[in-house]
Amino acid sequence: MDRLTEIVKKAETLAFDLHFTAARAWKQSGDHRVLVGYLPIYVPREIIHASNGLPVGIMGAGDRKQIIKGDAYYQSYICHLPRGIIEMALDDNLNDMDGFLFPAICDCIRNLSGMFKLSSKGKFQRYFDYPQNFDPAIGGIFYRQEMEKILADIRAINGQEANVEKLNHAIGLYNRNRELIEMIYSIRQEYPWRLSGLDTYYILRAGITIPVEEHNAMLEEVVDLIGEERGEPMDNIRVVITGSFCEQPPTGLIKSIEMAGCYIVDDDFMLGSRWIQGKINNTSKDPLEALCDAYLNQSTFSSAYYDVGNPKGKRLVELVKSRNADGVIFSAASFCDPALLDRPLMQKECDDSGIPHINFQYHENTGQFKVIKEQAGTFSDSIKLWV
Amino acid sequence: MADLKDAIKEKSMNLQKEMLAKQFHDLSQANETGKKVVYTFVPGNLTELILSFDMLPVYPEINALQSGMRKKSADYIKDAEKMGFSEDVCTYVKCDIGMMLNGNIGPTGEKLPSPDLLLLSYTGCFTFMKWFENLERLYPGVPVAMLHTPYQEEGKIAQEQVDYMVKQLKEEVIPKMEQVSGKKFDPQRLSGMLENSARAEDLLVKVLESAKNVPTPIDAYFAGVYYIGPIFTAFRGTAEAVNYYHELWEEVQERMRRGLGPVTPEGELKEQKYRLVMEGPPNWTNFREFWKIFYDMGAVIVASSYTKVGGVYDLGFRHDPKEPLESLSRYCMGCYTNMNLPQRVGLLEKYVKEYKADGFLINSIKSCNSFSAGQLMIMREIEQRSGVPVGFLESDLVDPRYFSYANIKNRLESYFQMLEQRKIILRQEGVIA
Repeated sequence: MDRLTEIVKKAETLAFDLHFTAARAWKQSGDHRVLVGYLPIYVPREIIHASNGLPVGIMGAGDRKQIIKGDAYYQSYICHLPRGIIEMALDDNLNDMDGFLFPAICDCIRNLSGMFKLSSKGKFQRYFDYPQNFDPAIGGIFYRQEMEKILADIRAINGQEANVEKLNHAIGLYNRNRELIEMIYSIRQEYPWRLSGLDTYYILRAGITIPVEEHNAMLEEVVDLIGEERGEPMDNIRVVITGSFCEQPPTGLIKSIEMAGCYIVDDDFMLGSRWIQGKINNTSKDPLEALCDAYLNQSTFSSAYYDVGNPKGKRLVELVKSRNADGVIFSAASFCDPALLDRPLMQKECDDSGIPHINFQYHENTGQFKVIKEQAGTFSDSIKLWV
Repeated sequence: MADLKDAIKEKSMNLQKEMLAKQFHDLSQANETGKKVVYTFVPGNLTELILSFDMLPVYPEINALQSGMRKKSADYIKDAEKMGFSEDVCTYVKCDIGMMLNGNIGPTGEKLPSPDLLLLSYTGCFTFMKWFENLERLYPGVPVAMLHTPYQEEGKIAQEQVDYMVKQLKEEVIPKMEQVSGKKFDPQRLSGMLENSARAEDLLVKVLESAKNVPTPIDAYFAGVYYIGPIFTAFRGTAEAVNYYHELWEEVQERMRRGLGPVTPEGELKEQKYRLVMEGPPNWTNFREFWKIFYDMGAVIVASSYTKVGGVYDLGFRHDPKEPLESLSRYCMGCYTNMNLPQRVGLLEKYVKEYKADGFLINSIKSCNSFSAGQLMIMREIEQRSGVPVGFLESDLVDPRYFSYANIKNRLESYFQMLEQRKIILRQEGVIA
């Protein structure tokens, strides 16, 4: 087995370990360490790191766990992600988490925070409200207060103070993390055959279950390995996938799209790890302000983010152009109001710019991909033949 | 399907009808009269502030529910779906967009004016944000004022949250209103309106709490959304609203004096067999049929959460003329859908106990995650805490495809049988007379 294959195998294991073995081992190997589980999309992981905590992404149970109890908590018309998370909570998968963060991305995640509060799961359960006002003197202050609440939550558990030095150190580590991820995407933009979209997904998703230092080491190695030629170029089209930022698509779906003749040159699967575009100042005397500035001015586009003034449709078109993609696949979880309510407007922007697109919906545990593969295959063929 | 006769109406119902007809007529004449029009939402609405600039509010949810009641929503929703909106998403949004695509004809048959300002009071419903992003594209060039209302994450309203909202009002919302209306903000005028609001709020709470009486003189859900609550939103802050609630309160007191039950479309509900607390919005496409199932079986709703999306005044909040902007901020954050789940459970449990309810029922709405996500857990909590039998229905706001009369009736009949059995057992055990 070559080194890249080994890394991908390890990443896959980490990514889908619903018992978070690596995170639990990290917690046990030192004093005053806390695990903070967070849901999609984005939390400023730097502040958790600086508080001697490990942020652990909880992206749902996917197709790796049978949902029985979780279904009793949700009607059929609610997306699948929260029922998988409830199942995990009831099955003790999340027992070692000290606290939970529920970012303000939709009403389902918001109300899930209340369900965790009602069941007293973890030592804290916090709904993390993003400001939708982007004036530093208004929304910036609000965002800072939201971060300070998380710092206080963790401090109440382990007594650790996130000082300037620790915060700047954490910001530096996550800067490097995002930089390495973007290097992988840039290499894949030119040479997508060197690392598949699915393998990229494993590598990114592994990163939310382990310390950032370990993930950076993994990413450095991957960048080196795919810097060299490997694999065989194929006659595939190049697509951007959008709409999958919260409930994750089953891996079979990603694989089906690739097998149908599409190179995935960008996506929003692990959007939280790529949320801030570019570096955050890691030499500031006020690192929380630096994090605020980054959130207000360097956030990527997403359906969770109020976009009047900088519409996400236009930003999607820019992304498609910058990635030199042939088309867009709108792939959203069923019953995902944010993604599905955005879709018609974003499709219109694509139409206006002459960008072909298709769409479909999935659940995290969808098991049949034949139709999706046929649809993606036809999309690929039509672009190859007629565009 | 149920056989529906002509509705019997009280004086307050007719008064409301006249007020609403005038409101929609004023809106239809806005271009001629030069009045500026603000589209905004019911939860966390800033009606007094809008009226203080002499602008007219339009509430897209109300248009949608009116379209649902007038059997127009099905076609509107289909048109929005043709435009690319998924079957899965909020039907209020699709109905509103469909109505716009079909000429924006309001409930009275008159054309509604396009907005001069989109006031996005983002309170308790994430979909509101998506809705107005869509409207912003459909009405290009119309300014949008965003008012982000922080969620009651900790189960209370913190001073820094109030400060955040006041800053937004001062620096984002009011300047845009001044710009659109061409008028300077007049804090004294706003305070005067808030005095009226507080008076109307006192009366509204008296009306709602009259349902603690046995028998109750009102139905706090169907009637609550039909003629007790709606007038509140568009007219809050006006003398007309205060007069309306005086009239209504007189009417309710008279019913109490005479020991009368609530008014239904078929007259007084004479036998009140079951007192229920209801969580969740109603179905609008089959509103009367839905209501009829209840009153035919002698069931009356004594308290409901949906009548609190526009404000939970029975917990004590009143608009305060002395602190107008702080008060508006607290109002926005206090609305039911902006309360966290433990708060919602606490409120519903209180209703079950204080209103002496025999049961607790949820009408879960297919396309409203703000209410629906977590409702099954709410139901369990209420059952455990209060011991009353609980029931669960499923329908939709304005999509008739999701209202199954036979299923709902069947489920309700079983539920009422369960309540009846429980009463027999409680009587045998001497718990009730």
